[in-house]
Amino acid sequence: MGVLKKIFYAVALPVVLFATWFFMTEGSENFYSPPLRTTLIAFKNTWTVEQLRADVAPSLLRLITGYLIAAVIGVALGVAIGLNRTLRAVLEPVLEFFRAIPPPVLVPVIMLFAGIDDGMKVTVIVFGCIWPILLNTVEGVRAVDSVVLDTARSYGFTGPARITKVVLPSASPQIAAGLRQALSIAIILMVISEMFAATNGLGFTIVQFQRSFAIPEMWSGIILLGLLGFALSLLFRLAERRALRWYEGLRAARRQAG
Amino acid sequence: MLEVKGLRKVYSSGSREVEALRDLTFTVDNGDLVCLVGPSGCGKTTLLRCISGLLGPTSGEVSVDGKQVTGPPPGMAVVFQEYGRSLFPWASVRENVELPLKQKRVPRARRKELVEGALDAVGLTGTASAYPWQLSGGMQQRVAIARAVAYEPQTLLMDEPFAAVDAQTRADLEDLVRSLWQRLKVTVLFVTHDIDEAVYLGRRVVMLSSSPTVVQDELTVDLPAERDQLHTRADPRFVELRTRVYEQIQLAKKAAAAR
Amino acid sequence: MLGFAGLAGLLVVIELLPRLGLVNPAYLPPTSKIAVALVDEAKTATFWQALGDTLTAWITGLTIAVVAGVVAGLVIGSVPVLRELTASTVEFLRPIPSVALIPLAVLLYGTEIGSSLLLICYAAFWQILVQVLYGVTDVDPVAEETARSYRFSTWGRVRHVLWPTALPYVFTGIRLAASVALVLAITAELVIGAPGLGKEIGVAQASPGAEAIMYALIVVTGLLGVIINLLARTGERRLLAWHQSIRGEVIV
Repeated sequence: MGVLKKIFYAVALPVVLFATWFFMTEGSENFYSPPLRTTLIAFKNTWTVEQLRADVAPSLLRLITGYLIAAVIGVALGVAIGLNRTLRAVLEPVLEFFRAIPPPVLVPVIMLFAGIDDGMKVTVIVFGCIWPILLNTVEGVRAVDSVVLDTARSYGFTGPARITKVVLPSASPQIAAGLRQALSIAIILMVISEMFAATNGLGFTIVQFQRSFAIPEMWSGIILLGLLGFALSLLFRLAERRALRWYEGLRAARRQAG
Repeated sequence: MLEVKGLRKVYSSGSREVEALRDLTFTVDNGDLVCLVGPSGCGKTTLLRCISGLLGPTSGEVSVDGKQVTGPPPGMAVVFQEYGRSLFPWASVRENVELPLKQKRVPRARRKELVEGALDAVGLTGTASAYPWQLSGGMQQRVAIARAVAYEPQTLLMDEPFAAVDAQTRADLEDLVRSLWQRLKVTVLFVTHDIDEAVYLGRRVVMLSSSPTVVQDELTVDLPAERDQLHTRADPRFVELRTRVYEQIQLAKKAAAAR
Repeated sequence: MLGFAGLAGLLVVIELLPRLGLVNPAYLPPTSKIAVALVDEAKTATFWQALGDTLTAWITGLTIAVVAGVVAGLVIGSVPVLRELTASTVEFLRPIPSVALIPLAVLLYGTEIGSSLLLICYAAFWQILVQVLYGVTDVDPVAEETARSYRFSTWGRVRHVLWPTALPYVFTGIRLAASVALVLAITAELVIGAPGLGKEIGVAQASPGAEAIMYALIVVTGLLGVIINLLARTGERRLLAWHQSIRGEVIV
């Protein structure tokens, strides 16, 4: 398909939706859905560089810190558990139970322990999004092909080399899936923990706007949050595609073989 | 020199016990190419896993140059039957061949030499940056062989490596193994269920009985060292030898049926 | 078997940690206290009302999302032009965290069930839609052409080719959406105060001395999550076993 055609398809509907939103709300007197123009102006005015630095930066920092800690611990524990059959059998139901607990519920629990400061928010994110990473890593490690393991053993891959050079690459598609789920949970927890108890942050700011009935500003915050979610998801997908290029090819080949 | 003495392997699952290998004793001299043949289900794979150190025997021992094998010994490379699953799918052909060398701490320049040499030797020059799933079955098995060759092993174990490959490709790969063996002067232990392949390839053929497995018979293949698919297989001596192997295998199967 | 040992181990650990003083008992009551609180809760009408509220919101939101998602997915998926046109929009809207809609929900519905439904439907809808789109694009072109060469009507093609192929994906989507729906239901109740278990958890957390109740309720939500997941997986397997045998006949 020609490049122009691709671009057309990509922007056609969004442009139409945007225009509809714009024109339908143009003369709106409705309190809850102000004219899009007003919202856009509020966006420009609210989210200045200082505001971004004051609110969005701390949010992002908490998010990334929590996510990375969860990733490191989740993968490390997941490998340890996945490689040990007994440990896996013992722990799997417990871990599945923890994963089934809706993550936002952790906020009040951790608030008990850690008050309402930054540490608490990072802790919430870690405790909430570690489960998919952990469980997916366990599953990925468990499912490493036995022939791959035999081959590695026969060529003298032992200890840490076996894990970093054979087990982790082999389990990486599963681990990536877990990381992806964890990212959405992390974003949700970041926002909620800020709505609950914070003095800065994107979630906090949006709730403030809502409480003071600054509706266009509230909408602008929602839009910004949406953009953030989209941007993070896009970044993740790009990274995943690069790291797992081999996996895409493998699956395509298998699908063709029928 | 590879020595197998009184090898016995019993699998126990719950209350059942299965004696896969009863008493296996044979030797492979340095630089020899020995083919192991046997009826299906005769524990060939179990035997190979014990020899390669991936599986511990119940009793008896395997020793390489006098040292007992308790785990995968250095200096031994294995080519598995399931080439598709043995190659690392996340690595390119070059990386697959290079990885064991990195593990062995071979310096970079030498690694490059070995990898390129091995790929040339198996006829895969120019595929270094391809991924295994992009290659045909025969080519994938060649990569596995290249990986083993680059490792510069003293002993090469091959577990029915061409069973899952089409006949044409199999013929090419058989010739490849023989030429590599003659060039590199490695000791090769080749497991197969294909009688013709065993006689064509081997200098010696060891015939295995059905489970519980013992050595049924051994013979030396006194065909000339230069062999080719067309003429050697039509040689009357070849036919004699394969008939003898065939008869032994039939005997083994009957003995199993009678039990 | 070993799994039960693990669960038992967890209960023992939580019993011991506060009793041994390793954790402040005000923050984490021992298992026995939580169990007692759970039993006590089960005797109150508020608990069952809250449970009912959560489940009502969950099933209503899920159903709406499933119907909308399946219909939208089938329609969009079977018309290539629509697929192209909507691709970028779907990719943009999908990752938007539904919690972003919380302020909006508060304004529109306050603390009524509508808030929960807004969040649940939004999040669950995308799960279903994405899966159905995968399913529709996975249709075997050979089967499709066979159907066409036998002059199946459009409806016939949908019934005999499109639907059986998409069905497993629909079920995956429902399973994923069911989990997400529960999470959003509890979230809405916790953060906004819509009626349900989440709200009770928030209340318990804010009341001094009610920690055991809070944990008891959390255990209930965890159990709900586990049950929902199990039900979804069993249902999926059961219906797909049937589906596999039927499918074998269709593809012939």
